[in-house]
Amino acid sequence: MVKVYIPRDSTALSVGADRTAKAIQAEAEKRGADITIIRNGSRGLFWIEPMIEVETPKGRVAYAPVKPKDVASLFDADFINGGDHALSLGLTEEIPYLKNQQRLTFVRAGITDPVSLEDYIAYDGYKGLKNALAMTQEDIVKAVTDSGLRGRGGAAFPTGIKWNTVLGAKGAQKYIVCNADEGDSGTFSDRMVMEDDPYVLIEGMTIAGLAVGATQGYIYLRSEYPHALHILNEAIDKANAAGYLGDDVCGSGKSFQMEVRRAAGAYVCGEETSLLESLEGKRGLVRFKPPLPAIEGLFGKPTVVNNVISLATIPIILDKGAQYYADYGMGRSRGTLPIQLAGNIKCGGLVELAFGITLRELLYDYGGGSASGRPIRAVQVGGPLGAYLPESQFDTPIDYESFQKLWAVLGHGGIVVFDDTVNMAKMARYAFEFCSIESCGKCTPCRIGATRGVEVMDKITSGTEHTKNIQVLRDLSDTMLNGSLCALGGMTPYPVISALNHFGEDFGLNKGLNEKEGAA
Amino acid sequence: MANQLSAAELDRIKAHILGHQGMPGGLMPLMHTIQDDIGYVPEEVYPLVSKAMALSVAEVHGFVSFYHHFRTHPVGKHVLQVCRAESCQAMGSEKLEADIKAKLGIDYHETTADGKVTLLPVYCLGNCACSPAVMMDDDVYGRVDMEQVEELVSEVSNG
Repeated sequence: MVKVYIPRDSTALSVGADRTAKAIQAEAEKRGADITIIRNGSRGLFWIEPMIEVETPKGRVAYAPVKPKDVASLFDADFINGGDHALSLGLTEEIPYLKNQQRLTFVRAGITDPVSLEDYIAYDGYKGLKNALAMTQEDIVKAVTDSGLRGRGGAAFPTGIKWNTVLGAKGAQKYIVCNADEGDSGTFSDRMVMEDDPYVLIEGMTIAGLAVGATQGYIYLRSEYPHALHILNEAIDKANAAGYLGDDVCGSGKSFQMEVRRAAGAYVCGEETSLLESLEGKRGLVRFKPPLPAIEGLFGKPTVVNNVISLATIPIILDKGAQYYADYGMGRSRGTLPIQLAGNIKCGGLVELAFGITLRELLYDYGGGSASGRPIRAVQVGGPLGAYLPESQFDTPIDYESFQKLWAVLGHGGIVVFDDTVNMAKMARYAFEFCSIESCGKCTPCRIGATRGVEVMDKITSGTEHTKNIQVLRDLSDTMLNGSLCALGGMTPYPVISALNHFGEDFGLNKGLNEKEGAA
Repeated sequence: MANQLSAAELDRIKAHILGHQGMPGGLMPLMHTIQDDIGYVPEEVYPLVSKAMALSVAEVHGFVSFYHHFRTHPVGKHVLQVCRAESCQAMGSEKLEADIKAKLGIDYHETTADGKVTLLPVYCLGNCACSPAVMMDDDVYGRVDMEQVEELVSEVSNG
């Protein structure tokens, strides 16, 4: 029986993995070939999905992209024994895109059947929890602190410090809340964890619960991810049945329950206090801080709110030790970042690497340049609230502090690439438009500012009182930046002002648009 | 257009409400359950929800209207969501949006005359390495072009 792996990740499905699987199954039956199809997660080489793999004595051999029309010729080439074919990529582990990565959080993604608990355990799963169960709460928190892990949702707040606050907070009930409201364009690493290795998130949340004394965990999952919902629920059921969740976690006498709650399409609910309001069954209005959620969070109780990637990184830290993780990275950015290459990029996908690699290496060595073949003009890093970076900044290393120095952010690690056909004034207008659609409405700078921003951009691009409106744009951005309650209004100026500063020609600066001034 | 709930639908909604009473933060899962079942959240059930969840009708209305996912009117048999976010824009989604609207003869939040397809904008489907992306009901499609969208639409329209 030969094992053939065909991914079930949403992106693989979006380009036809199910059709490929059906074709392979049918062809195998026709030929009497003895194969078993395993629906694994994705390795994250999305530009060549559907990528199928075959287990051979030498290791797994990859073929990609495999369409139903290729299936007969693959069988002709004896692919089930690793036979040579035009679509063959050789041994999967030797594909440079994959081989050169440093996969810690994503160590199992694409290798295992995501809902198989046996696979998870066979590939070092639940080792972190085993260690954690033998440690004091303080020691678990210390390990997380010492690892240098910072919040991967975007805020980069040290995870261990947050946990320590919750550990020290008094409360009969505490909560672990996983922020899986991954709304940033250009990001999909949370989705990949949940679809391709869900147990690592479950294990991470369980360890978090043990560490701070929380017995209930919620995953707040965006409604746009139906596949992730089904996979998570299946994995949670299996973890419960096997005693990894429930009233007596691994016979420790400690309780940890988990539940997935679907969000409802509000971007602002990725902000932690808005998320908590939403989980409580209310409008997702942002809360004033303090009190911090660590002290008064969900239902007023001490709550750890962490992003999917942060929590999914906990198991390997507890398995291999804080130092092992901290040995990766640069400066105050320790460990690895799962970077997502997206937009107009030839080789889009997931690239997990230690902090320190430059944007240029990512865009060209991994990404292979733009998908259109045209020059890359700008990249937006960190989602819709992240700055646009021009080519002159591509040598910046992936590091929280290096980005901060450029008035940019790493955010959740998504990089959206634009070629030279992009109009940056249009992108600035879009940033305001998005903010106006998604604003929760609680604070004035965001609620009103976003709409005024769209109007000002329209005036600028039509050349109406140009000089004056450029100044209005800067003033408005300053008000939003300093006066908004949360990052939605507070960071919308990042894409806007970075576009204006680096791509002023698209805003009519130095291009003679000023002559039209006052025309309206 | 007044939408009359059938007696059977109303019974099911009442059962959903009962099933979510006492659940911490139960309003969100309840609204999902109602919309999954009926296709939308009928405003006429707000008083029932309000009573069961100890909320004012205004609070229930405020909740539903806050979230883009919830809708208070029936939609077509299928829902086509087109991603408008940056990554898809970088791969030509603006033209795709315009072409889809022209082909279907409707704008966002509208339903085709045959009642088969409702068109909605969406801001990121997490499929950004294979932009542009659309979602038909629960299935995502990546690297799509107009030809593929037309195929999808005709599949569901004839299905």
